[in-house]
Amino acid sequence: MEKNQLIPHLFRTEYTKITAVLCKLFGFEHIGVAEDIASDTFLAAHETWGLKGLPENPTAWLYTVAKNKAKNYLRHEAVFRQKVAGELKRGTTETDIPEIDLSAQNIHDSQLQMMFAVCHPAIVAEAQIGLALRILCGFGIEEIATAFLSNKETIAKRLQRAKDKLRSEQIKIEFPGKPEISNRLDNVLTTLYLLFNEGYYSSNHNTTLRKDLCLEAMRLTFLLTENENTNQPVVHALLALMSFQASRFDARMDDAGEMILYNDQDASRWDQALIQQGKDFLARSASGPKISRFHLEACIAYGHTNKADTPEKWNNILQLYNHLLALEYSPMAALNRTYALSKVKGKQVALEEALKLNLGTHHLYHVLLSELYTGSDDAQALASLKTALHLAHSPADKKIIEQKIQALTPPAQP
Amino acid sequence: MSIPAMLACYTVLQQLKLKTMKDFLFVYRADRSVIAQRSPEEVQINTQKWMDWIGSIAAQNKLVDAGNRLYPTGKVSRGNQVVTDGPFTELKETLGGYSLIKADSLDEAVALSQGCPIYEAGGSVEIREIHAM
Repeated sequence: MEKNQLIPHLFRTEYTKITAVLCKLFGFEHIGVAEDIASDTFLAAHETWGLKGLPENPTAWLYTVAKNKAKNYLRHEAVFRQKVAGELKRGTTETDIPEIDLSAQNIHDSQLQMMFAVCHPAIVAEAQIGLALRILCGFGIEEIATAFLSNKETIAKRLQRAKDKLRSEQIKIEFPGKPEISNRLDNVLTTLYLLFNEGYYSSNHNTTLRKDLCLEAMRLTFLLTENENTNQPVVHALLALMSFQASRFDARMDDAGEMILYNDQDASRWDQALIQQGKDFLARSASGPKISRFHLEACIAYGHTNKADTPEKWNNILQLYNHLLALEYSPMAALNRTYALSKVKGKQVALEEALKLNLGTHHLYHVLLSELYTGSDDAQALASLKTALHLAHSPADKKIIEQKIQALTPPAQP
Repeated sequence: MSIPAMLACYTVLQQLKLKTMKDFLFVYRADRSVIAQRSPEEVQINTQKWMDWIGSIAAQNKLVDAGNRLYPTGKVSRGNQVVTDGPFTELKETLGGYSLIKADSLDEAVALSQGCPIYEAGGSVEIREIHAM
């Protein structure tokens, strides 16, 4: 890899590791210091490697520099503390400086513990995702702003508030106790799920960035499987879900970055390796007493890896949505269930149920209505699409609805 | 707080209370002997019908808890008195399960009970509003 590509790549992977280890050592109140030392390390790498060429082992080089910078900081910090406290004790000796442990094991533990801290229930979900992107994934403020379709100032403020909250709540970077781990793990998984969805469903046109979000969410979820306390069936279920969804990532985008809907996708472009990975995790998830929403959603996503439009497939999907909704309501699940119902029992039955959904403010509800009216009442189908167009926000959504309107509009009579 | 302000506040609270949905218990009763005659395939089809019906209520965000089915056997205790074996009412009226739903009114709850697969077995749904403790 050329230097120009190597540094950004190393930045992503190593910045987060160095920050996690240092932050764990210093405590959350000094996360700014941890981030500064990590950034300084990369600045030094940029300068030195530019002049002298790449070192033999760039990662080891980074760790050595980061350790030295951290030790230096601690030396000055000790002097600083003594000055402030007016203490006249003996000077700090080298032995007072703790060892900076950048071993694979400690990096791994620190990152996992950091994940639990960032996904603490005291932090609002949106800020959790932002913090996860910054601290756990090494994304720049600008990238996060692009991902959220927001601006740098807003994101910087949001992250600052979240960090302040972590400090004021005195959230420790540690594993929750055994009795607590299940609840806290649910929180972590929900954040990772939202992070994945941010990449998968966002209307952002930056495909590379979106794919990065998905891959990072998968990487962090995978970290959880490498620790015995968090290696649980529900984690495997989420990884299965992410793998099945990600398998369609390339097929759902054309060369211009426009969405291709499921029915129009070229199934030969689905990533078979990811589908297989999904199957493996789904098999591993099938243990323990609890069926989570991730289990059900992974099974639905698995159903969609088979493009055949058979009644059996749709009946399975309908049953899974029934169970999912009985477990936890969401508007998307209600809409998707009704679509599955139309595939099993016909559009008329589904239309009757759709009209009871009370989701009139969602543009996708009117897209569904249009689908169900098509064939029996094309005028109503067209009217529903126009309502959908009116309610849709993102240009990508509007474009797809406009295409549907065009397809439904009868050609002008000569 | 002034009296008009208090009154306004009270009105808002009343309105909020009205808007809050009420919880209802659905109690399913049916003739055990009809249900016991079903083949395994029929049992499976029946389970799907139940889940389709429950899914329809859940899709409207009106399900609190899908509830459970009940085994037909059980006992009735009346304090110190004799514990009797079930069935406890006529066979036709065996308690088979329950669900919790939410609705704006009893009428709406009754409307939601339409389409319940228990009717196909000649059974009934008893709809009772929950009186919170």
